[in-house]
Amino acid sequence: MRPLRLAARGPFRPGVFRSPLRGPWLTAVLGITLLGGLSLVLVTGLLSYAAYNPGLAGNDKTPDADLLGAYLFPWPARPHWLYRLNQGTHVTLGLVLVPVLLAKLWSVLPKLFELPPVRSVAQALERLSLLLLVGGGIFEFVTGVLNIQYWYVFPGSFYRLHLYGAWVFTAALAAHVVLKLPRAVEALRSRSFREVLHTDTAGTAPEPPDPDHLVSPDPAPATISRRGALGLVAASSLAVLLVTVGQSLGGAWRRTALLAPRGQDPGVSELGVQVNKTASAAGVRPEQTLAATWALTLAGGAGPVRLTLAQLAALPQRTSFLPIACVEGWSTEDLAWTGVPLRDLAALAGVPDPASVHVQSLQEGGFGSTRLRRNQVLHPDSLLALRLQDVELPLDHGYPARVIVPANPGVHNTKWVTSLTFEA
Amino acid sequence: MRRLVRSYGASPAHLLTLLASFALAGYAGVRLLAGAPWQVAAWLVGAAVAHDLVLAPLYALADAPLTAVARRRRGNALHAVPWVNHVRFPAVVSGVLLLLFAPSIFRWSEGYERTTALSSAPYLGRWLLLTAVLFAVSAAAYAIRLRRARRRRG
Repeated sequence: MRPLRLAARGPFRPGVFRSPLRGPWLTAVLGITLLGGLSLVLVTGLLSYAAYNPGLAGNDKTPDADLLGAYLFPWPARPHWLYRLNQGTHVTLGLVLVPVLLAKLWSVLPKLFELPPVRSVAQALERLSLLLLVGGGIFEFVTGVLNIQYWYVFPGSFYRLHLYGAWVFTAALAAHVVLKLPRAVEALRSRSFREVLHTDTAGTAPEPPDPDHLVSPDPAPATISRRGALGLVAASSLAVLLVTVGQSLGGAWRRTALLAPRGQDPGVSELGVQVNKTASAAGVRPEQTLAATWALTLAGGAGPVRLTLAQLAALPQRTSFLPIACVEGWSTEDLAWTGVPLRDLAALAGVPDPASVHVQSLQEGGFGSTRLRRNQVLHPDSLLALRLQDVELPLDHGYPARVIVPANPGVHNTKWVTSLTFEA
Repeated sequence: MRRLVRSYGASPAHLLTLLASFALAGYAGVRLLAGAPWQVAAWLVGAAVAHDLVLAPLYALADAPLTAVARRRRGNALHAVPWVNHVRFPAVVSGVLLLLFAPSIFRWSEGYERTTALSSAPYLGRWLLLTAVLFAVSAAAYAIRLRRARRRRG
């Protein structure tokens, strides 16, 4: 043991972590809060994968998911706000949990510098698992936070990294919960939350020594109470909520999202409606959309049917009130879309009851080619829209024609549509 | 059995839990690493290192002078109302917002404006203003507490 004691310098020195707040109770409060929040973030994340209908050819961004996609199911088209709620919850709650995560990591930081670093095979394995837990967890938060801010510096496709990273993190988290939950419950019972809320800094004493050595062996006097520290975490989370949630509530709330990527209204040329991806960013040139050159092809039946914009506009029109909801968590309120129901176009193509439709766009690559399922095609509110908020579609919103389907991820509401192939 | 527990260092349930976890992590990990194995592995480990050995020491270092002042002033009647947490609160909240929204605040994304048709200009100013408001509110709260304390003392 003597050589190890010689090596104990810097953060490895016993007694270097002196906060009297660290202890099993505080770690348990933060851990259980995080567990509850992360469970919802995980479920909404897995649902978001299902919302892309990866079972349809060409839709799956992670086709090698195999058993990790075993739970997938046909994504419903009602209620129409389902994806909006799911994704708003996933992203907003994820952001709000960051202060809790940071506090949780702070509360267990001394464990990182424990000496000797490895006491047994069990402990070595557990530390490896903790590397996956901490590394995987932060990896998930970082990729999510970077993706919603369009800073694509991560090594590969966001869909791959965020989905598979989530499973690595979940695997490590599940083990951590199994191994630590009994101790966390016991620690929670060790003092009353009410009492903590009534104890000021002067009255804040360290927790009794614990077998995990979370409690400092040489605690300093408190400079903040436990309620103060928890209040600091709560205030940080509340601040994150206040500067982001508006981008998912839409309408007048949007401007309250001061730091969220979609906290501003776009200009009048976009009708003040959020644009997922502009025509220029999607590589769509205005001359490709001119009424003289553009035509819609309906295929899948006996022979292709070609319709000009004027012919489309002459078909019976319907108005649906549907949001745009993006995987990035932002969304719009219900907007008035006017166009031809997809099921009418399926009938016109000669495939009145299709299993799916293959939608193709002027946009090349990305989401320029997607598939929608039967329930989405046949939903009466699903349209090939020609108008938005009672005016002709702006180019950035998909002129001359775009898909809009209830509860559909934004990128599957394909813009600048050129053909619909209904598949039996 | 007892020998196994002693040489392993924990119960068999502990071992089985971790092995099950590693198997699932491995199943997903193979797919996670498929594209750019070394880079992704570096991001995974780097995420833990960046937090534990960069971010945490940095904020501990930033907090050290506050803690030192707070401990020196304890029990000093002139400072009946401790002010340290009136610095910590706005600093931590502002710091968390900076940490989360740094790419927007410092305009690191090249595609943001072209993709969204929105301006990337306002975020730095907004964060600075939010920071100003946080410190101002905290200062006001401190002033109120100070006045109350003085009145109580008569």
